[in-house]
Amino acid sequence: MAAKDTGMPASDIKPVGAQAEAESRRMASAPVRDAHSFAEAVKDAAMAGFLAGVLGLFFIGLRTDIAPGGLDVTTRWGAWFTAIVLVFAGRLLLNLFVFRKKHPTTRRLSLASPAREAALAAAGKWLMRVLFVFALILPFFLTTFFPGRDRQYIDLAILIMTYVMLGWGLNIVVGLAGLLDLGYVAFYAIGAYSFALLATYFDFVGFWIALPLAGLLAALWGVILGFPVLRLRGDYLAIVTLAFGEIIRVVLLNWYDFTGGPNGISGIPDPTFFGLEVKRNGSFGEFFGIPYDPIQKFIFLYYIIFVLALITNFATMRLRKLPIGRAWEALREDEIACRSLGINTRNTKLTAFAIGAMFGGFAGSFFATRQGFISPESFTFLESAIILAIVVLGGLGSQIGVAIAAVVMIGGIELLRNLDFLRDIFGPGFDPVQYRMLIFGLAMVLIMIWKPRGLVSSREPSVVLKEKKRIGADMVAQGEGH
Amino acid sequence: MEYFLQQLINGLTLGSIYGLIAIGYTMVYGIIGMINFAHGDIFMIGSFIALAMFLVLTTVLGFAFLPVVLLIVLIVAMLFTSAWGWTVERLAYRPLRGSFRLAPLITAIGMSIVLQNFVQITQGARVKPLPPQIRGGITLIEGSNASGPYVVQLSYMQIIIIVTTVVLMAGFTLLIAKTPLGRAQRACEQDRKMAALLGVNVDRTISLTFVMGAALAAVAGLMFLLLYGVIDFYIGFLAGVKAFTAAVLGGIGSLPGAMLGGLLIGLIEVFWSGYFSVEYKDVAAFSILAIVLIFLPSGLLGKPEVEKV
Repeated sequence: MAAKDTGMPASDIKPVGAQAEAESRRMASAPVRDAHSFAEAVKDAAMAGFLAGVLGLFFIGLRTDIAPGGLDVTTRWGAWFTAIVLVFAGRLLLNLFVFRKKHPTTRRLSLASPAREAALAAAGKWLMRVLFVFALILPFFLTTFFPGRDRQYIDLAILIMTYVMLGWGLNIVVGLAGLLDLGYVAFYAIGAYSFALLATYFDFVGFWIALPLAGLLAALWGVILGFPVLRLRGDYLAIVTLAFGEIIRVVLLNWYDFTGGPNGISGIPDPTFFGLEVKRNGSFGEFFGIPYDPIQKFIFLYYIIFVLALITNFATMRLRKLPIGRAWEALREDEIACRSLGINTRNTKLTAFAIGAMFGGFAGSFFATRQGFISPESFTFLESAIILAIVVLGGLGSQIGVAIAAVVMIGGIELLRNLDFLRDIFGPGFDPVQYRMLIFGLAMVLIMIWKPRGLVSSREPSVVLKEKKRIGADMVAQGEGH
Repeated sequence: MEYFLQQLINGLTLGSIYGLIAIGYTMVYGIIGMINFAHGDIFMIGSFIALAMFLVLTTVLGFAFLPVVLLIVLIVAMLFTSAWGWTVERLAYRPLRGSFRLAPLITAIGMSIVLQNFVQITQGARVKPLPPQIRGGITLIEGSNASGPYVVQLSYMQIIIIVTTVVLMAGFTLLIAKTPLGRAQRACEQDRKMAALLGVNVDRTISLTFVMGAALAAVAGLMFLLLYGVIDFYIGFLAGVKAFTAAVLGGIGSLPGAMLGGLLIGLIEVFWSGYFSVEYKDVAAFSILAIVLIFLPSGLLGKPEVEKV
């Protein structure tokens, strides 16, 4: 770990210096000759095309397939050549129209003046209210305006809301306390399995009894897993949490007698509305005297996760104002200063782990009841990566940013399932679903390069002396991970 | 005892592969302080390139002399995988140099998803089996006991893997210790800004670090392909996590540490599968990681961390 301290000089960690440095490097890396001339642009694009050819040769140009009597190689020179031409053309256009400008579009978007910052803050407040009201009436909006596909859309809204809640839960650990957790899905799994196993082994356990228990169990595991890693920091913490996530999954997969192994657990009961069952011939319709409609269950589930997410958000907002929340944020900024000021870093870290894990457990329990079936397959590392990506892309510590990132990323993934019109363009062999995760990964990279600090990068201080000032992104040294 | 010896040989072979991948992690971490999450997938890319090149040489061009074929495959795989390593660094990490720490980690995870899905789309999701190419070996001990006859064998494949690893390790240690490039790398590792002030081309040095890591990962990819004979687009994840575990175990930033960590992880995994249960071998490797980090946070050969205020 010596490299972290000696390899990165102190000024490198401060964003102001870092940004200026990055800026100057960008200038310096441009050749001294006229970098914007057409010939240079073509040359650069040719290099990119050549590189694409090299990279694509063994993957696009050749394809290995299982054939009778061993493996067989087929060639696809047409596709390979097309890829080279596409990269060449794309790079050339970028060189001519985007990189060439003195003030690239991307920079103009990311630079903000104080006045704009204030305007954005006001807009953000309104956006929050509008989003809240929209989320509140969403199921009825969907049933009114999309009567044919309302079920599918509400289901998607439930999925997005689950990720919003997971994002907010992880935000406590990563965004507020600055502890990099790559195994958050473990707590999601613990919540889901707690409910599923309780419901399997004890008949009387329903969703509402299991929910707090799942949260408590997840929190307990948060403490158990958090305790040994307290001394670790930064990337070490990340890798150990990743390892814990994988351990939990492997145990769930192999403890066949208890968890059902890869077969998972099915027949998880639906939630009830104060004891009333929302289903065909259920007591809910009878009690309120409304006829049964399958959509009712989806609307009900949507409101459960909506309320759970709101509780997560509300708890986080209030916790930020409590001493413990302030201790988290202080810990994120500077652990040594924290210790010198007498903050008990052990307890602070453990509470962050436990509370973050608890909300993950709640979300997991909801996931189990929504699916009715769970298996270890739902809790792979990819889930952890997606949740972390949502938190970082949204802007660490920003509640609204996380919500927007969840809508964009999860909504985006699901949207790619429905791009059947692309098949008309690229022919019947083209399956857009295949490209879903590829595009998701590319989007992650591009958004991060465009806005390394996430969509909402400014901070609202939790304590103020006289007037409330927003802390700009360049003043924030966040996410150092210790 | 015979069983133990056989497992020891198997563990060392597996450990060599982990060690080769771990060097890529440890060098990158040493120089820019980030987890190159896509490195496991670079390993996967390397083994796919090796497979395709091997098939082109043997089935399309009809070469039959195995040592020459393998040598060509090794060189081609190293070259082309290096190009991938360079591109990943250029696209996903260089624009974020000097940005805050989580950003490159997220792009690395994104790149890992991209590489896996790219290979899945272009090469198909099914596993690619390659029949064993190098057969036979040296029988060390032969005998019989209560449970029947047994042999302890050191196969030629295992000899090749261990020898290649040792040669490459020696080569890289020399490279880091003696050449100007190695000196530049060590300088960047200590203080990037000062190195830049003294005329070291930092960006180029970092790029070359990625290239070297990718080349070693390609060697590991070829070894994996020859040893197990089955690859798919997902092999990079677990191998990558274990190799990173190895790098951390050995003390991140240290080349001999990465190799030692790799060997230990390989041995732990093989012995655990041999004596306890195959299902929980990953749990064993990860638990060891957690335990080592708790009691020895800087790894086995790492330099202790100095807190600066």
